[in-house]
Amino acid sequence: MLRRALRLGLGPGLLGRGLGTHREGSTLDWHGKVSEIKKKIQSVLPGGAWSPLCDTSHLPPEHSDVVIVGGGVLGLSVAYWLKRLEKRQGAIRVLVVERDHTYSQASTVLSVGGIRQQFSLPENIQLSLFSVEFLRNINEYLAVVDDPPLDLQFNPSGYLFLASEEGATIMENNVKVQRQEGAKVCLMSPEQLQKKFPWINTEGVALASYGLENEGWFDPWCLLQGLRRKVQSMGVLFCHGEVTRFVSSSNHMETAIGEKVTLKRIHEVHVKVDHSQEYQPVECAIVVNAAGAWSGRIAELAGIGKGLPGTLQGTKLPVEPRKRYVYLWHCPQGPGLEAPLVADPSGAYFRREGLGNNYLGGCSPTEEEEPDPGNLEVDHDFFQEKVWPYLAQRVPAFETLKVRRAWAGYYDYNTFDQNGVVGPHPLVVNMYFATGFSGHGLQQAPAVGRAVAEVMLEGHFQTINLSPFLFNRFYLGEKAQEHCII
Amino acid sequence: MAASGASLRLVAPVWNRGTSGIRGLSRSVDPEGSQRKGRTLLQFLADHFYDVEAVREYLLQKQVLKVLRKNRSFTYIKERYGPYVAGAYFILKQGGAVKFQDKEWMRPNGRGLSGELWKLWEVPIEAVDASGCAINYQGLDNVLALKELQSLSLQCCPHVDDWCLSRLHQLANSLQELSLAGCPRISERGLACLHHLQNLRRLDISHLPAVSNPGLTQILVEEMLPYCEVLGADGAQGLKLRPEEQSRHTARSPVPA
Repeated sequence: MLRRALRLGLGPGLLGRGLGTHREGSTLDWHGKVSEIKKKIQSVLPGGAWSPLCDTSHLPPEHSDVVIVGGGVLGLSVAYWLKRLEKRQGAIRVLVVERDHTYSQASTVLSVGGIRQQFSLPENIQLSLFSVEFLRNINEYLAVVDDPPLDLQFNPSGYLFLASEEGATIMENNVKVQRQEGAKVCLMSPEQLQKKFPWINTEGVALASYGLENEGWFDPWCLLQGLRRKVQSMGVLFCHGEVTRFVSSSNHMETAIGEKVTLKRIHEVHVKVDHSQEYQPVECAIVVNAAGAWSGRIAELAGIGKGLPGTLQGTKLPVEPRKRYVYLWHCPQGPGLEAPLVADPSGAYFRREGLGNNYLGGCSPTEEEEPDPGNLEVDHDFFQEKVWPYLAQRVPAFETLKVRRAWAGYYDYNTFDQNGVVGPHPLVVNMYFATGFSGHGLQQAPAVGRAVAEVMLEGHFQTINLSPFLFNRFYLGEKAQEHCII
Repeated sequence: MAASGASLRLVAPVWNRGTSGIRGLSRSVDPEGSQRKGRTLLQFLADHFYDVEAVREYLLQKQVLKVLRKNRSFTYIKERYGPYVAGAYFILKQGGAVKFQDKEWMRPNGRGLSGELWKLWEVPIEAVDASGCAINYQGLDNVLALKELQSLSLQCCPHVDDWCLSRLHQLANSLQELSLAGCPRISERGLACLHHLQNLRRLDISHLPAVSNPGLTQILVEEMLPYCEVLGADGAQGLKLRPEEQSRHTARSPVPA
């Protein structure tokens, strides 16, 4: 009796006071019930998902035509182009599976955000040129009705590559190739360099190549969110979960010469929901491996590389995570507004960040000094010993600087030739790759997404021919080596 | 936020925050304030029905195509009469003004273009006034072909953004005067690539709403271009339209964004 009186007196739902008395000892949570009823009605109206038997809204759908493993910029780019190039609207059902919806370890958001055309392979230059055109017209490509336009915060300041005596001829040849493909790059002698950028110390520099247009850096988060928003408006389904298993079937066949070959086909992808043992087997026709630094693991799950070494079955996907540090420092007398992204011959690079004399930079370590990619902890000694001396030697103003922040991110490093892997696997016939770009994935993502979508829909590359980037090259040993890596 | 289905705007009002000094621009870009109620109904319908959403997307596309059409290149004129006449034709078509060397300012009069434009195929152009024109990245090709251009005015152009500024390095040899006042899409990132223009003597970067720190930006640009006189946010000369420009602006129809 006393308890009921207390409950009636203290209950926040005063509306239920009159109705609460008809059942003894029960709390009629009126507001809770009303919101539940509202939710049920909303789910039945058009636009809501309603399954009468049980609530599976947290699980991915049971069937999907394409499952894209990895929701970073490459995965979303493939999803976007698939939906854009499909023959009839709504023809292809695409599911993007992303393990971490905060993108805390994803390479996309931890990247420095640069885009350049100064590569040595013509394919890389073409990819970059299309991507820059995509970014320039991003509000036409990714326009969603009633949403504000995207501001990529693009700095068109260009890249400045410095070369010592040994690298000068290679740089000249590269610039010739770049100009042929349509990039606007100019070569500068040390005297011209000193005149244009007086804060550089040109000692040891024999030649410099400077990108005049279409090069610079931008905000990768904005691109990611823009892609995500557009892709959701086009009807791509998102799932927050981890791929744990592929269920596939094998087909034993013979080639024309009589060799025995086992072709595999993935039928189901098991997606495990976060923080629970629940998983959903998603039946699919095609799987796209866009898992970035973890693509090697996904490839192993599909059985790629399980065989005798030296055979096609035994060729693994040579993509592994490599940790790279980025440091943000403040230097009061540093280079001004005109500073491009400067890449020293030693491998150290830096760029301006904002208007307050802050600079971002880092250096790729040599093979022996590779840090352990188990975690994303920053090693500040690396900056003191391996980055600062070269920066201070190149830009004397950097002798006095103070590191404000630092973070680490993964490169999806292709140990074979540091270039991307694109296209289908020869044996697992319905797995397509879009990974392994070793630090220049973000800047090539729009073009690579289109290329992979073309291969999936038409069967061959249509706009940019990326045959040098197919998986076969790992078995055949044909390296598509990129020389201009930062 | 894009407004009603009848006229969707690409240039979002978010850039109009600081345009207190250029009422003309903000009015022409966002005149939909009175139609909020109609907008909500259409938006509600677009959220629930694919057909309405498709219609709105189509209308958005049409606007984009309109700007692209305005900026198409006139290759026939360029081949026949040369880059100067082609550039002048493009600017006059958009509603701007052109000054050939040793001649007076040429403006588009009411009916068609003056016949003597076609006779000037060898005379270089020394000044272009493209204020308020819907010139964009592609359309800038016509202006960049004018290699003896000394003065360029891109005041209040709604589609000139940082990407366009990065192309101006092609005019570095001759350009002495540049005005970017009132362009809603230009930010300090685009101003950073003006350092190529070493011959620039007068630069007007006042009333740029997308620049985050106008004072600091002005100082940094002045450091970057030591021989140039930079008119910034506190420039008294701001956007006071001269009398003849004022009549021209009112005579022209409002600029579609």
